[in-house]
Amino acid sequence: MEKGTDRPAASTRAVEMGVAAVIFLFGLVVVIDSYRLGARWGDDGPQPGYFPFYVGLLICISGVTILVRGWRNSALAGESFVSREELKKILTVLVPTVVYVSLIVYLGFYVTSTLYIAYFMWHLGKYSWVKIVPVAVGVSVAFFLIFEIWFSVPLPKGPLEAALGLN
Amino acid sequence: MEEINALMQGFGVALSPFNLMLMFVGVILGIIIGVLPGLGGANGVAILLPLTFSMAQQPGGTTSAIILLSCIYWGALFGGAITSILFNIPGEPWSVATTFDGHPLAQQGRAGSALTAAFTSSFVGALIAVIMITFLSPVVAGFALKFGPPEFFAVYLLTFCAFVGMSGGNAAKTVASMMIGFALAAVGLDSVTGTLRLTFGFTSLLKGFDFLIAVIGLFGIGEILETLEEGLAFKGASAKINMKVVLETWKELPRYWATSVRSAAVGCFMGIVPGGATPASFMSYGLARRLSKDGKDFGNGVVEGVVAPETAAHAAGTSALLPMITLGVPGSPTAAVLLGGLLIWGLQPGPLLFVEKPDFVWGLIASMYLGNIAGLIVVLTCVPLFAAILRIPFSIIAPVIIVICAIGAYTVHNSMFDVYLMVIFGVIGYAFKKLGYPLAPMVLALVLGDRAEENFRNAIKGSQGDLAVFFSNGLVGGLTGLALFLLFWPLIKTLPRALQGKRAG
Repeated sequence: MEKGTDRPAASTRAVEMGVAAVIFLFGLVVVIDSYRLGARWGDDGPQPGYFPFYVGLLICISGVTILVRGWRNSALAGESFVSREELKKILTVLVPTVVYVSLIVYLGFYVTSTLYIAYFMWHLGKYSWVKIVPVAVGVSVAFFLIFEIWFSVPLPKGPLEAALGLN
Repeated sequence: MEEINALMQGFGVALSPFNLMLMFVGVILGIIIGVLPGLGGANGVAILLPLTFSMAQQPGGTTSAIILLSCIYWGALFGGAITSILFNIPGEPWSVATTFDGHPLAQQGRAGSALTAAFTSSFVGALIAVIMITFLSPVVAGFALKFGPPEFFAVYLLTFCAFVGMSGGNAAKTVASMMIGFALAAVGLDSVTGTLRLTFGFTSLLKGFDFLIAVIGLFGIGEILETLEEGLAFKGASAKINMKVVLETWKELPRYWATSVRSAAVGCFMGIVPGGATPASFMSYGLARRLSKDGKDFGNGVVEGVVAPETAAHAAGTSALLPMITLGVPGSPTAAVLLGGLLIWGLQPGPLLFVEKPDFVWGLIASMYLGNIAGLIVVLTCVPLFAAILRIPFSIIAPVIIVICAIGAYTVHNSMFDVYLMVIFGVIGYAFKKLGYPLAPMVLALVLGDRAEENFRNAIKGSQGDLAVFFSNGLVGGLTGLALFLLFWPLIKTLPRALQGKRAG
């Protein structure tokens, strides 16, 4: 991908420093909660926060180290972490995936999976519905046979399965 | 020879028709997993682990379950070579070095010899590693029977320090990734005091984070996102392989015996040290290029350039199971998932396993021999079939893989919350991979976190909080010392004089 035609959405340095800051904050949360629980020597041995306290401390230290190194490394500023084109591609997968997992509770695993596969084939693969429907339905039916019947591992089901009496 | 007797009994266990069938099923599934983008040894085994829960409850079932899962691992190791050679896409990080000479060979129309050389070397590497495991593991386990909490913690320390020292990349990132794993492992109910840690009042966090979910998300979803961004145009060489090519390549292979032996040695050693397979494959490739008389042709398609990394990667991948079964310390993410499986089935990995469950241990070791033979047969005969899988368009295979990951994540605890977590771990995995954070230390820390902490607590409880307990005798002191040595290895390496001073002292 040429740099000229595809502008970066974020520089590697910005993401590097952002992630390092998040790591530092995460470490801080661990440290504070461990301190609250007691990170010292109790009457009968180490208190519950003893081990996580030092783990959190190390997270903070490494977070700061990465942050400072990223800040000093100006070469990373010109480097593209993800270009706009790439980000768009990732979001076209990530957003439907988030929608997919949040719909499972309402519609059940099999129906949502069918819709999800169909969406991918339609949006990314540009297939015709003649191909999409048999593949998407076929995969879900295969999963149903494998998990519900062969391995007897029940997955969440929704109104369709209830209507078909498959619960 | 006690080991030989034990091994023969192991063969008796592994050779039952049911277990033999599982071996072939495992190998075939493993190769498919190794070939598909987004699925690899670690998350493939993680996804299939819940399916073994019911199997493991039957008598002798744990052995069958571990045979199935370990054969998936062998299959995934074999599968990585197929994509590297035919498509120039390393299915696994340790197959990257295989692409250097494997893909040029395929482009020259010699895909058949490249594949035969890769599979045969993989087999040889694995075989040498299994022989080592057969004779070394009872010794290590016997030695480890003397271990108390300080020694066990020192072994964990050694594992994690080796990661930092050997990572080669950014040590701060390795530490960050590892410690995040430890922190996530600490979330939930503290088993010693019964206190809730790091839950902040969220009931869904009570159970803590399951490493299986992390593995499925980090490696599965993360990898799909990464592959997607690179764009997917699989342009593969054709995968014809016939008996004539196989025999011709086999005739050529003995010439590279020195490379094989060297690579296997590097692989065995690096596999025991955690995080080993990938560096082992690069190291052997480099060594072979330097020491071979055809060294200058490396990179343009020489068979020896395929032999070196494949032998080493398989030897390392196999010997990663040695510390897993003897000490309960996995040498690779996949070994970590297998270890997690043992814990879920109610087995305590570690030296006592050899005493209490000899059937299980020796059945597993015997299945390593048989599983690799099964793997070799399957890959040599079915390569075109597996290569065809990669020709399925990405827009179909990607959602199917994500659906499989979601099912895998759900079935671990029958919890939807885990599926949401998986997506979050996927995004973390994508960002971490792109920024060069190693993921293996996080997974290992998640698996070992509770055990490491428990041993640490018991050790310092015994000594009333005095950290000197980790130097209290020769054994634990030696382990801790070695751990610190490995931790500071990058610094020590740059100071050869200081190193010599240390050795003298």
